[in-house]
Amino acid sequence: LSLSQVENTGKAAASDVLLAFPPTEAEHLAEVKAQAASGKKRKKTYAHLIVEPTDVPDAPNGAKGFRLALHNPLSPGETTTIEVLYMLTHSMEPFPAEISQSDPQLVYYRDSAYILSPYRIKQQTTFIKTPSTNVQSFSRVEPTNRAGMELKYGPYEDLPAYSYSPVLVHFENNNPFAVVEELVREVEISHWGNLQITEHYTLAHGGAKLKGVFSRVDYQSRPSASGVSSFKNLLARLPPRVHSVYYRDEIGNISSSRLRTDSRKSELEIEPRYPLFGGWKSTFIIGYGLPLEDFLFESTDGKRYLNFTFGCPLSGTVVDKLTLKVVLPEGSKDPSAVIPFPVEEHMETKYSYLDVVGRPVLVLEKKNVVPEHNIPFQVYYTFNPIFMLAEPLMLVSTVFFLFASCVAYLHIDISIRKG
Amino acid sequence: MASPESAVNGPTMTAGAASKSLRNAFGGVIAFIILVLIGVLAFSIRLFSVIKYESVIHEFDPYFNYRVTQFLSKNGIYDFWNWFDDRTWYPLGRVIGGTVYPGLTLTAGTIWKVVNSLNIPLSVETVCVFTAPIFSAFASWAAYLLTKEVKGPGAGLTAAALLAMVPSYISRSVAGSYDNEAVAIFALVFTFYLYIKTLNTGSLFYATLNALAYFYMVCSWGGYTFIINLIPMHVLLCIVTGRYSSRLYIAYAPLVVLGTLLASLVPVVGFNAVLTSEHFASFLVFIIIHVVALAYYIKGILSPKMFKVAVTLVVSAGLAVCCAVIAILIAVVASSPTKGWSGRSLTLLDPTYASKYIPIIASVSEHQPPTWPSYFMDINVLAFLVPAGIIACFMPLTDSSSFVILYIVTSVYFSGVMVRLMLVLAPAACILSGIALSEAFNVLTRSIKFQLPGIAGNPSIAVRMWCIMSTSKENGSSTVVAPNDIPKTEEAAKEKPAKKNRKKEKENVEKKPTPSKTEKRLLVLPLEASVIAVLLLVLLGAFYVVHCVWAAAEAYSAPSIVLTSHSNDGGLHVFDDFREAYSWLSHNTDVDDKVASWWDYGYQTTAMANRTVLVDNNTWNNTHIATVGTAMSSPEKQAWEIFHSLDVKYVLVVFGGVVGYPSDDINKFLWMVRIGGGVFPHIKEPDYLRDGQYRIDAQATPTMLNCLMYKLSYFRFVETDGKGFDRVRRTEIGKKHFKLTHFEEVFTTHHWMVRIYKLKPQRNRIRGKTKKSKSSRSVSSKRDVRGKRNPWH
Repeated sequence: LSLSQVENTGKAAASDVLLAFPPTEAEHLAEVKAQAASGKKRKKTYAHLIVEPTDVPDAPNGAKGFRLALHNPLSPGETTTIEVLYMLTHSMEPFPAEISQSDPQLVYYRDSAYILSPYRIKQQTTFIKTPSTNVQSFSRVEPTNRAGMELKYGPYEDLPAYSYSPVLVHFENNNPFAVVEELVREVEISHWGNLQITEHYTLAHGGAKLKGVFSRVDYQSRPSASGVSSFKNLLARLPPRVHSVYYRDEIGNISSSRLRTDSRKSELEIEPRYPLFGGWKSTFIIGYGLPLEDFLFESTDGKRYLNFTFGCPLSGTVVDKLTLKVVLPEGSKDPSAVIPFPVEEHMETKYSYLDVVGRPVLVLEKKNVVPEHNIPFQVYYTFNPIFMLAEPLMLVSTVFFLFASCVAYLHIDISIRKG
Repeated sequence: MASPESAVNGPTMTAGAASKSLRNAFGGVIAFIILVLIGVLAFSIRLFSVIKYESVIHEFDPYFNYRVTQFLSKNGIYDFWNWFDDRTWYPLGRVIGGTVYPGLTLTAGTIWKVVNSLNIPLSVETVCVFTAPIFSAFASWAAYLLTKEVKGPGAGLTAAALLAMVPSYISRSVAGSYDNEAVAIFALVFTFYLYIKTLNTGSLFYATLNALAYFYMVCSWGGYTFIINLIPMHVLLCIVTGRYSSRLYIAYAPLVVLGTLLASLVPVVGFNAVLTSEHFASFLVFIIIHVVALAYYIKGILSPKMFKVAVTLVVSAGLAVCCAVIAILIAVVASSPTKGWSGRSLTLLDPTYASKYIPIIASVSEHQPPTWPSYFMDINVLAFLVPAGIIACFMPLTDSSSFVILYIVTSVYFSGVMVRLMLVLAPAACILSGIALSEAFNVLTRSIKFQLPGIAGNPSIAVRMWCIMSTSKENGSSTVVAPNDIPKTEEAAKEKPAKKNRKKEKENVEKKPTPSKTEKRLLVLPLEASVIAVLLLVLLGAFYVVHCVWAAAEAYSAPSIVLTSHSNDGGLHVFDDFREAYSWLSHNTDVDDKVASWWDYGYQTTAMANRTVLVDNNTWNNTHIATVGTAMSSPEKQAWEIFHSLDVKYVLVVFGGVVGYPSDDINKFLWMVRIGGGVFPHIKEPDYLRDGQYRIDAQATPTMLNCLMYKLSYFRFVETDGKGFDRVRRTEIGKKHFKLTHFEEVFTTHHWMVRIYKLKPQRNRIRGKTKKSKSSRSVSSKRDVRGKRNPWH
């Protein structure tokens, strides 16, 4: 499901290199990274390659393609080494799908023994690492070896293009399958010196569903044998100098959280109201403030830009759908975002304290977000500081008119008849 | 904290130097500042709950009000009136729009709307949490106005300061206590103020405002019947004591006509405003005041001899008519089973009524009679000051001070019946104590001033700007005349003598010279005694303040959904089990699942977990509650059948045995038995008691040990410590190892305070033929018996 790191090294010969993924994987593809390696073993240097989705015309069964642009076109006969890292979410399927409180969680992992490729493969080996030694069963595509926590398929020689041989591994995985089904992060910039972040989480346990009884007695008295796949706390890594942190849900404060801060980072350890077993859900809100000078800078052309981290601060979770809203101060213009990976973008308007024209909101949406997406992005905009004075002036003038009308009222006689 | 003292002393300091108008202006400004401070005090003393705990809605009823407010703010006012709530009282539902007092909801909804239209994004919850503190500031200002009408601004400021922090009122209006009483006390005091104001001025403008304030009160709280009975009582008192005046008529008649019309606009009151006995007194007095008015009118236009003849004529005819009307009325009223009174009103008139006939009213702790300590806890030193205040009100007895006396006397009675109505007593106690304190300070500071060297020769300084001349105790008679009384009496004297009765004239003649007379007869207390008395009074006030702050901080600010305990090393441990359970329900069960629990938790379940409940704190259907009570007190199988027939999926019980939380379901269980047994006679209370004692240990009766509540509470409890020691009952439980056949545990909170069970699905009937016929026979035979027991079959 999460963090199933499958690394593949392939050798190819062309100016562009095509990668192919089966459609089921392409749906859950969170991230594809590629780098070209040059040099020998210890002195390897890596150069990042640009990956962009393309259509592969002759791909069978709707396989999705990605194009890698090589820095130096490969002349025929030449070889180069490319490392491709891709991440899949929801790639493990719990089986049995429902377990009771005392059972360990077993999952299926489906893949192909051969990598899906539009090219003919000379030689290939697949390694699958399992988190525990308890592997119930695995498909055999000879030659297949199993040693401890590692499964080795191959080496296979001379495979035709688009060859596919499904393998199924059934193993124990008690890692907490913490899935944030939806995360809405709102970053509100106030030029009075504060950056306010509000994060709305919908958290679920994506593992095997709990069947029948949840017994508190078992859970409390035998923590090692009961509910091993459940989790009850999460760690949120927040930026340093964080202040006024709160952790609550729609019915009030959740008292079980702990904040540790030092000069480099802040760690917020949170416990949902109840331990999450398979299939259980929970929602909560984390909010915190940050000093603005750590994140807002002025660029050379007079624009301001916010430099903030994308992604989800909770460690070890995947986010199915992330919506990031950057609320710019009232009166700011021409917002534009610079993000190192593709996201959906649109604009909204938000009315907050005493706003008249509303604040522009840049909304960024992305599906399948993994911790690798926790990288900085920038939002550029122009802002005239005179707008900062609008609201204080409004308040001052209101009070002034109030007093003025009081004075007027006391000095004007509005009775019809004198006497 | 210093405001009550400065309220009295402040103007004195400025009194000496400047001219009178400047002094007045200074007094006004200082009074205004003090009032603002009192408002701030009233607001901020109620924030302990937010600071110590969190900004959250408290207890039970406020959750319902919060939910209604959420609905109102989301769907608008028209949907609110038509709201049929299908998430409660399943399968009956409840017409919220027609059965709720909308005042509080509409108030908070309006505040929310105004604030949001100014683009201040406060959540509905925040508005609801802070509604009560805001309105308690309003209430103390209203108390200032009322007391000012009665005894002048000094007493008014003292009363306002006292009311701002009276513990009884704090208990109902801390931040988060979003209940009807929060706004109703303000409405109550303000209505009384407008009534007194009308009575003192005779202005139709204030009479109309009075009717509107009464309308707001009717919108807000069922306690409006107190107003509509107290004011007629006062009017009657005035008439009987010969104090009838046109001002009284203006104060009363428009209130009845307009007020009743407006009251019947509120859906929950509707025709009750003219039909039920609670309102009967007002109409009777309405007739009487007209008769009296007519009598005075006729008396004015006829010569004394003719009048005597007329009186005999009218009285004999009138008596006959009255007898006939009363006979009809009695017949009508007697034809209804409760004599036209609601259960709660009857409980007030006959304190033993509820425990005899309506266990559901008696089961609520706030409907019990209070104990003496609770008087001390809730009104503290005011209890000692009130008698002094009553005496002060008799010197002299005016229309307004007689009203205050009547108010305190009736509210003392009501608070003696129900601890909840201590809340009505609190403003009255504050007003009278304010009067008493202010009078005492007046006498004492004046004595001190009078005897201090240097200013002793100048008696005019001793005369205060607004008050008040009072004589010493030695000659026994003292007079207090507020300045607004003086113009009033003068005005009255100017009126045509023809319009007035002789008695009134006499009164005026008597009254007029009194101020000047007492000024000369000014007698003083010894200097030392006065100084000591002032110090003692200040000490008393300080004691009151300390007590109020303590009560606000420690006793009344716990939100009751979160419990805290201090561990030995000083750390704070939070028990947040209720919200844990509600949160679990709301996220991990189907939206349309029905949850059965005792009615206490109904409002919270619908508001926090958003699940349908069978019964809730609006105990409108006794039978339905009795059904749940019966199920809880039945053995597992019967209980399963009752719950299954009601479509229930989950059963929620509250259990305090692990952490020692005393108000859990086992301790409430006898009420379930009583209420259940009241409707379904096969549940008998003695079956659950061993020799009249309620116990859950090995001595408990088998009925008790086999009932559903016992089983759900103690299921696998023995495995926690090996013995099954219940920390609330301080005993080992009777039956330790047992299995559940028809229910399964699906969730238990961290401290075991809430346990949720799921009804097991019906068993499949694929069995051998012989078995099948057997089981079906047994089921059918049982059903015959149950036909009477379970109304839902």
